[in-house]
Amino acid sequence: MPPPKMVGQNLVGSVGEWSLTFFSYLGGCSVLLWQTFSGFFTLPWRRWVLGHVARDRKWDGVLEQMEKIGVSSLPLVFLTSLFTGMVLALQTAYQLQKISAGLYIGSLVALSMTRELGPVLTALVIAGRVGAAITAELGTMRVTEQIDALQTLSTDPVRYLAVPRMLALIVMLPLLTLYADLVGILGGYLVGVYKLGMGSTLYMNMTWDALRFKDVFTGLFKAGVFAAIISTIACYEGFETAGGAEGVGRSTTCMMTGWKDGPRASVPWAQCPCPLSRDATRLLEVFG
Amino acid sequence: MIDIINLSKGFNGHKVLDGVSLTIRDGETMVIIGRSGGGKTVLLRHIIGLLQPDEGQVIVDGQEISRMEPGELARIRLKFGMLFQGAALFDSLTVGENVAFSLREHTDMKENQIWARVSDCLGRVGLKGIEHLKPAELSGGMRKRVGLARALAMQPRVVLYDEPTTGVDPIGADAINLLIKQLHDQLRVTGIAVTHDMVSAYKIADRIAMLHEGKIIQVGTPEEIRYTSNSLVKQFILGISNISEQN
Repeated sequence: MPPPKMVGQNLVGSVGEWSLTFFSYLGGCSVLLWQTFSGFFTLPWRRWVLGHVARDRKWDGVLEQMEKIGVSSLPLVFLTSLFTGMVLALQTAYQLQKISAGLYIGSLVALSMTRELGPVLTALVIAGRVGAAITAELGTMRVTEQIDALQTLSTDPVRYLAVPRMLALIVMLPLLTLYADLVGILGGYLVGVYKLGMGSTLYMNMTWDALRFKDVFTGLFKAGVFAAIISTIACYEGFETAGGAEGVGRSTTCMMTGWKDGPRASVPWAQCPCPLSRDATRLLEVFG
Repeated sequence: MIDIINLSKGFNGHKVLDGVSLTIRDGETMVIIGRSGGGKTVLLRHIIGLLQPDEGQVIVDGQEISRMEPGELARIRLKFGMLFQGAALFDSLTVGENVAFSLREHTDMKENQIWARVSDCLGRVGLKGIEHLKPAELSGGMRKRVGLARALAMQPRVVLYDEPTTGVDPIGADAINLLIKQLHDQLRVTGIAVTHDMVSAYKIADRIAMLHEGKIIQVGTPEEIRYTSNSLVKQFILGISNISEQN
């Protein structure tokens, strides 16, 4: 009978294994990010500068993705940010009015929306709507051998599939964030003026006086970083999909939440193919 | 010429290819037969560089492709066309765009020249006039034939066929066999086909290789394979589940 393994030995082994898979996942994503950024240089920028965008097929993919990612997301971003702005104004009004500072609702809504809520909520909406769609699409292409077919046709899947998606996201997410900022401010304005009875000019003055270019720029920069993260993880999960339709479902869930319903649903990340999540589960089991 | 030398590949501890060695001469059609799960597709994927071997080499025209840089491999792949088992057509593109894909990506051909080539390739597989349809609107057999048209669009020197006649009706299968034969006879295209279909194998092959448990157990002309004394090969070509009962 083999000697029982010591608890410490198990723990060290699991931590080591978890670290290895964590860094290998991180490494995989970093390599993909690098390859995608490098792929930007393969696009026909010169023709774009000369205004020949529509005539070059390589731009068609980017424009198509911009439409899918950006234009189609406008209604959802509108609803999310309008209600966020309205609720923010309404809830803070109760507190601010107690200290006779109701005047500052406009400033608070404008700063909160541009610096934090606009970029974060828009990124969440886009990760759910677009990130999951990218993973599902690329995952399906992987399991139906379409990505292998691309390779046999001497076409780099990263350049053909990941580059247009990342470029479109990096352009469209900041634009959507700017749109979300404006709609959020509009939501705050509607509550401030029509519910709380503030003067329209006063509300707008308080909004514009508080805003600095840096605030808006910080929010837009964050949106750009979120775009790169969302597209990298979505494409990576898609490219790494295995196991047919079930695998596509798992990758999509894992990309968005790291959560899979099923027998092990009590533990987040259970049954998830992403090594990071799988090993986090194992580590949790070790710690009991 | 394609030289496969002592190729081994395993997945999760299970050895699928175990020291496979095979030479495919220029202009010949080699058919690889063997039972399902025997590693035929894995072997085909090594030939086009979609898989890296654990051991061994794949040499195409004197260049080892198994450890080539991606850019160089992409250039070598322009010599190849591949028909996938499930056709692997791009869902988001129309049939015409699928066939035109390589021409648009890798040539400076004008649109009218591209569409003329697309029409010619679709005509060869008996599917002229369906350029505007999406792959989802096609039957399994039609998808396969469009996959073949896509593989032929760049006029490759080597074509790899993964189960070319599986899922195709007998008349469609015969048309595919005839097309493979024509490519071989008229254009001297080298063909490597993986199949279970012995009718197809006898029809298209210059030589047949039998892959069994990760090893090539016999290579020979269709006649040599038909009258083989090797019991494993005999069992496969006659489709007998237990050869001892038949003897």
